[in-house]
Amino acid sequence: MVENRPIMTVITHLVLILGVAMIALPIWITLVAASHDEIRMLQAPIPLLPGTHFIDNLKQTLFGAGLSGDQAPVWRMLFNSLAMAMMISFGKIAISLISAFAIVYFKFPFRMGFFWMIFITLMLPVEVRILPTFEVVANLGLLNSYWGLSIPLIASATATFMFRQVFLTIPDEMLESARIDGAGPMRFFWDILLPLSRTNIAALFVILFIYGWNQYLWPLLITTDTDMTTIVMSIKQMLESAEQSPQWNIIMMTAFLAMLPPILVVVGMQKLFVQGLTETDK
Amino acid sequence: MAEIKLENLTKSYGSTEVLHHVAGDIDDGEFIVIVGPSGCGKSTLLRMVAGLEVVSSGQISINGNVVNDLEPADRDIAMVFQNYALYPHMTVRDNMAYGLKIRKIPKDEITRRVDEVADILEIREYLDRKPRQLSGGQRQRVAMGRAIIREPSVFLFDEPLSNLDAKLRVQMRLEIRKLQKRLGVTSIYVTHDQVEAMTLGDRLMVLNGGYVEQFDTPIELYERPASLFVAGFIGSPSMNFIPADIASGVVTLANGANLATGSKTSGKVTLGIRPEHMVPDKSGVIKIEVDMLEQLGANTLVHGILQGTDISFVISLDGIQTAKIGEILSFHAPESSLHLFNVETGVRLNG
Repeated sequence: MVENRPIMTVITHLVLILGVAMIALPIWITLVAASHDEIRMLQAPIPLLPGTHFIDNLKQTLFGAGLSGDQAPVWRMLFNSLAMAMMISFGKIAISLISAFAIVYFKFPFRMGFFWMIFITLMLPVEVRILPTFEVVANLGLLNSYWGLSIPLIASATATFMFRQVFLTIPDEMLESARIDGAGPMRFFWDILLPLSRTNIAALFVILFIYGWNQYLWPLLITTDTDMTTIVMSIKQMLESAEQSPQWNIIMMTAFLAMLPPILVVVGMQKLFVQGLTETDK
Repeated sequence: MAEIKLENLTKSYGSTEVLHHVAGDIDDGEFIVIVGPSGCGKSTLLRMVAGLEVVSSGQISINGNVVNDLEPADRDIAMVFQNYALYPHMTVRDNMAYGLKIRKIPKDEITRRVDEVADILEIREYLDRKPRQLSGGQRQRVAMGRAIIREPSVFLFDEPLSNLDAKLRVQMRLEIRKLQKRLGVTSIYVTHDQVEAMTLGDRLMVLNGGYVEQFDTPIELYERPASLFVAGFIGSPSMNFIPADIASGVVTLANGANLATGSKTSGKVTLGIRPEHMVPDKSGVIKIEVDMLEQLGANTLVHGILQGTDISFVISLDGIQTAKIGEILSFHAPESSLHLFNVETGVRLNG
């Protein structure tokens, strides 16, 4: 809009500030709560200004035995979450790249049949097929393992479909000129297709990392060993642990730690992410 | 260095045949242009030689080796595409070196060849740029460089100039021609532009609807077109066609005018006369009623109709000429400029 009236500027700023405040307030409270000691957090009213126990809480949360019950230290959960999110992201990207490559560039019987089979699974989220999947994973002996946490979430119709669309925008002449240059199919895949899909891979990585990191139901089902719990599911468990009152300072510190990696990934890959979603020039 | 033999080539998609029994021998070092209207199968034919399309039947051989079942990379060819097909993520240098790298040619040899080709094409200062930072003409040069650097036996060009503006096209046309003569590499060039075809080709293969209409030198195509299609396609403005009758060497036009020819055929024919072969002549038998004039400076195009009929007629006159609309102009056409074609088959009748 080219309009530039002071009153409009004030109103638009007010609306924006209100929006930011609504989103930022809970995060602020989390941070504040993570910086007070346990006793203060059980008194009313809840504090709105930071306290002095941030570093203590951080130490206790990450490494300490200050948590009630027999939970693993939070660094272990962070590591588990990170491992799961990474395995899901890389696994999904690798498999969907290869399957999209097969569907777009190779002629084989029932090619469209396979495409539609993959496409139809888009309509089946993890939750719908969770019982049979659990059965399979249990029979394979993968309960309480990183493989069990990640493999069932790896097969992905969305990513395959996305890469198919990306590959379809790459002109046929690119393949033909690579063939004349003497590049075989895998060479073409590595030297031409991968670099050309670089930004799309980055965008997908951001989405998948957050998807993997935020998994709740599946880890809850298949991990019974406290060493294998992920951070997202453990926050919920902390609230319910034993009969004692919840240790809000520790819980909030855990929540804060759980928020950090997705934020880092988004901020770090922002530029590629936006390019990947908007770029059309091939 | 290579000669190419096309024998009885046919291409079908499903049950539709798009190329019919194409045949032709191409000599070593020859520049062949395949020309025809869009959809005539010229690109398909080129892609069959390149190995990008499967041959349905017939045989292609390069240098005596049948290449029907060889991968494009093994045919010793290089191809320049219409949209250049440069790899957007590689620099100009890497684009040109890619084919050599795959062939496992040593690094210093690759560098030497890239520099050499860059000098020939005058693209040295762009070697470290990405294709998107280049103009159309520069991309075109890089695409050529990528073909030359491989030192192939055959160059294939698929309408390489159609994305350039008119001035650049003329300039690149000359450069391609010079380069091809200098390197002496057998080349096949596809275009729909008959001027490009006439200026570039040692010989032209005119395709129409998947059939080879004529395969000969540009001058031969112009002077003795083998069919009505070739006659209309080659030359600009295109040849005038008039329904006529012929008996004992005399052609009678639809309006009753008589012209002498040496031909011995008789019956109904289509007479063709090129616009530039009409000679103004007060006593000429071809009378044209002027409809419109186009002044082009070097010549003047007179659009009109043959008097007494509604057959449109174009005449090209040298220099700047004037005439009033509705005026009747008289011309004669020398016997050597009369082309006779069979009415049904379009085949040339006079020798």
